[in-house]
This record gives sequence, structure tokens and C-alpha cells, in this order.
Amino acid sequence: MIQRNWRGATRLLMPVMFGVTAIAFVSAADQTPSRPAAQKAGTGTPAAAALVKRGEYLVKNHGCTDCHTPQKMGANGPEPDQARYLSGHPADLKLPPPPKAEGPWIVSADASGTAWSGPWGISYTANLTPDPETGLGSWTEQQFIEALRTGRHQGRGRQILPPMPWQPFGTMTDADLKAVFAYLHSITPVKNKVPDPVIAEPGK
Amino acid sequence: MRATVSALAVAAAIAAIPARTLSIGTLPPRLQDTGLYADWQSKTIASRNLPYSPQYPLWSDGAGKTRWLSIPRGKWIDASNPERWIFPVGTRLWKEFAFNGHRVETRFIERSAQGWLFATYQWNEDETDAPLAPEFGVARSAEIRPGVRHSIPSRTDCLACHAASDARVLGINTLQLSADRDPNAPHAEPVPEGGVSLQALVERGLLRGLPPRYLRVPPRIDARTPTARAALGYLNTNCGICHTSTGQLASLGFSLRYSLGLPVSASPAAVLTAVGRPSHFQVPGAKVRLAPGNPDASVLVARISSRNPVTQMPPLGTHLVDDDAVRLIRKWITDDLPAVQLAADKHTKETKR
Repeated sequence: MIQRNWRGATRLLMPVMFGVTAIAFVSAADQTPSRPAAQKAGTGTPAAAALVKRGEYLVKNHGCTDCHTPQKMGANGPEPDQARYLSGHPADLKLPPPPKAEGPWIVSADASGTAWSGPWGISYTANLTPDPETGLGSWTEQQFIEALRTGRHQGRGRQILPPMPWQPFGTMTDADLKAVFAYLHSITPVKNKVPDPVIAEPGK
Repeated sequence: MRATVSALAVAAAIAAIPARTLSIGTLPPRLQDTGLYADWQSKTIASRNLPYSPQYPLWSDGAGKTRWLSIPRGKWIDASNPERWIFPVGTRLWKEFAFNGHRVETRFIERSAQGWLFATYQWNEDETDAPLAPEFGVARSAEIRPGVRHSIPSRTDCLACHAASDARVLGINTLQLSADRDPNAPHAEPVPEGGVSLQALVERGLLRGLPPRYLRVPPRIDARTPTARAALGYLNTNCGICHTSTGQLASLGFSLRYSLGLPVSASPAAVLTAVGRPSHFQVPGAKVRLAPGNPDASVLVARISSRNPVTQMPPLGTHLVDDDAVRLIRKWITDDLPAVQLAADKHTKETKR
């Protein structure tokens, strides 16, 4: 039953997700370096630069990078791979099948933090960089806002799967979501075609 | 522990309600309170609620659907733009869904002074009550066939389709209520007793401003063949709500919306934006949206033939492939599109001379 009720699964996972991100990646968030976004937008109007700056604050404050920037092993443990900043699950990262869920342990993630397995199947975090082919480059601002409001790809398509907590993000104001979109469109594009999710078959 | 987890889940669910979602408090708590029925016990529909049936119905996994429209006294629909009707404040619409002869849900739309309201009411098993369905829908409600259950949509899913159209109302427009109904439309329904057409709405004073030509000659899809007419009508209804050249998915450059008034010789948007056009979403063996003469190489066919949630189109509102529609679209691609492409190629060559 739960396989088809991903929205419910996402809601159930939200407390878990916030806990995981808060504990496991707290040092990673601190290490996220400043991107050249605001400087780039500085070539436009001051208002545009301020919008990007606000978006940068929100993206970092809301933990977007925890899942959308792959982790790599550094001298002090896992750290975000800044060459792949916000570019989602790396296309060249091939994984074995996820472990079988046992008892109450129903969700698992890979070491990069970009592949998640649960009752819905396997989901891979999206490329949020402005690459036109593989990222958000071809998305409009309205599509981005609608995606977070409806939990559907570009606001109209397939469901956005757990553990993406689109529901609380969907409560953000239009102004904040526009700022997030402006920032995401200002960062360095990374060409990375994230694989499609694998949908669990009912009963398995 | 279980109580703690449940409490956390409930708290998360409450926090998860998108800000734009309508407050439940603004919606009638039961279907009985929406004004559909004159008498609930006998299920007698109030006489001011007019039945209607679009000539190209949306595929809903074979549900039996019954629909009603209500326009407040003294008000009317403004159809001066025949492609985008403006419904007055107070407009109400209902669509009842039944599977295997039993009512399952009745969807309700109202244009209130504050904006459009979308809700659905879930019938109980003995059809004695129909309370407001939960905000997040019901993933598995009535059985459609063994192993497959109907999903009652969440309120955000209502918006995913209805907010894609400026008119907000999807099944009532100039083409859908034309008296020149397409006999080959998949799952075409007979007009219900007392069902309204364009002419009937105008005569009742409920539709104003419609260009008179649509009353002189009821509108139709002027296609080269009956197959093309039905295919374009099907795509217009089932895909052309989101896939338009002007809506939020306009950036895809892919429109399946049919524009009224196209002469037979003109290529509709479905041909111009799909035939031979590369598809961003790819499936094995198919790279273009529509491949003339080759349905197996057409991504559109692969997607309407799938119910894998990642691949399927439409992405919501259906768990079963519409086999009749797949046969129709395959026939259109095989029999009609090669000639369409030849004509287009010839036109291109002549233009270059």
C-alpha cells in the first residue's frame, strides 16, 4: 500500500530527514564555501544581486546541499564535493542494489547521500545547477515554484519522491522561492544526467 | 514509541500543508451541502444544475462519470474569447465518479469571491454519506478491477491540472459542448437527458459573447481523416491541458492543445511541435515525440502506454492504460502522419525555391 502513497511516506520521513541532515551533515554545511553567485548577479541590478544573496542564504539554511551535493571522503571524513555543487546524484556513480529493508529500518542512503532507498523504490537527488540539458537551466521560475507547491516535476509531471521534503518547502513564500530559483540559476552549471528513479513494485 | 512516531508524523503532516492550499474551513463539509441535490434521500438533482457531457471525455480508468454545471441567477459565462471562457463568481461544477456501478467520489469546483475552490467528496460504501475527502487524497479507494484501486486526488493534485488552464474549468468549452460531436472519440458518451450544448446555454442566457459563427456552424476539429480528428481531440483533452504553447510548460516547446478555427490544410500544434521533434524524456528505441509511420519509435506512444509512475502520461488521475486511445494514436501515427509529413516536406521545398 505504501508504495503508491509516496506523499504519505515523505511526510512520515520528514522528522527522520531533518534529524539525519542535522546530525550527519552538520559539519558539511559549515564547510560549504561561498559560491560566486552573488558576484555574478552583481553584474545586474542591485535588486537582482540581493535576490540571489537571499536565495543563497535560503539554500544553505534549508540544507539543500546536504542531499543535492554529493559527499566524498576527505581527510576529516565525508565532505561535500564542491566540483559537483548541487548537481545531484553523479551519473557515473554506479551502485549495487540497496540492502533489504528489515523491520522498522525502512530507509537507507548511499555514502554520497544522493541515492535513497525506501518503500517507494530508489530515488536519486536532482541536478539543481542551471545546466540546460541535465539541470534546471530549461526550467522557468514558475515551474520551479509549482514543483515545490504540488510535489510534481515542473509542477505538472511525475511525483517528486521521498526523501525530498517538498511539503514544508512548498510553504515558503513566492518571494523566497523566487530567490532560491535565482540563486540556483546563478551557480556554476554542471552537466550531470541524474538517473531516473526506480519504482518499487507493489508487494515487493 | 509508536505514539511518538505518530505524533511526529501528524505534526509533520500539518506543517506540510502548502500555504496556497485552501483551508478546509472554506469548503462545505459534505456533498449534501454543496447544492447539488434538491433531495438527498432520493438523490434528486436540483433543477438549476444542468447536466453536460464533453464530446472528448478525459480518460479516468473507465469510471462512469456524470457532470453538472450551475451558473448563478442573473449571471453568465463570458465566451467572447472562445478559447478562454470566463465563468462568473458563484459558478459551481460537480463530477461524479462511479466504478462497477457504485459512486466513489464527487469532485466539486466553485468560483467563489475569493477564488477557485477545488474539493472532492468521498462516498461511503452504502452511498448514504459523502464527506469531504482528506486534504491529501486517498491513495487506495474503491477497487477498479482486481488488484487496482482508484486514487482520490489530493487538493494539490486538483491544482496540478486545473491551475494549468486559465479557465480553470477543463471539460466545458467551445469545442467540448459543440453539437457536432465526434462519433469516433474514445469513450464517447451520449449527451445526457437535458444535457446542455453551446446553443442551449446561449438560449438560456447563460453564455454570452460567443462569436456567432460557432452557433451557425458548430465547431469541430477539421482534420484530414476521421482518425486524425479523433486523435487530435483525444490529445487535446488528455494532454493539451498542460502541454500548451502558452501555459507553464510552454518552455518545453510541445503543445497538444487544439486551437479552434484551423483550416483542414493547416498543421495543428500537435503536428508542428511533435512530429520528428526530439524528446527530452527518452525510452529505449524511441527518441522523437512522434515518428510518422512508426508508433514504436514515438515517445508519446511509449508514455501513454505505460503506467510506471516515472514514464506514464498523463502523470496523474489514472492507473490503467487507455487501450482504445493507444490503438487510435498508433493508427494515426501509422496511417495519417506519413502523409502529413510528406505535405510538410513539400511545403518546405516550395518555400525554399
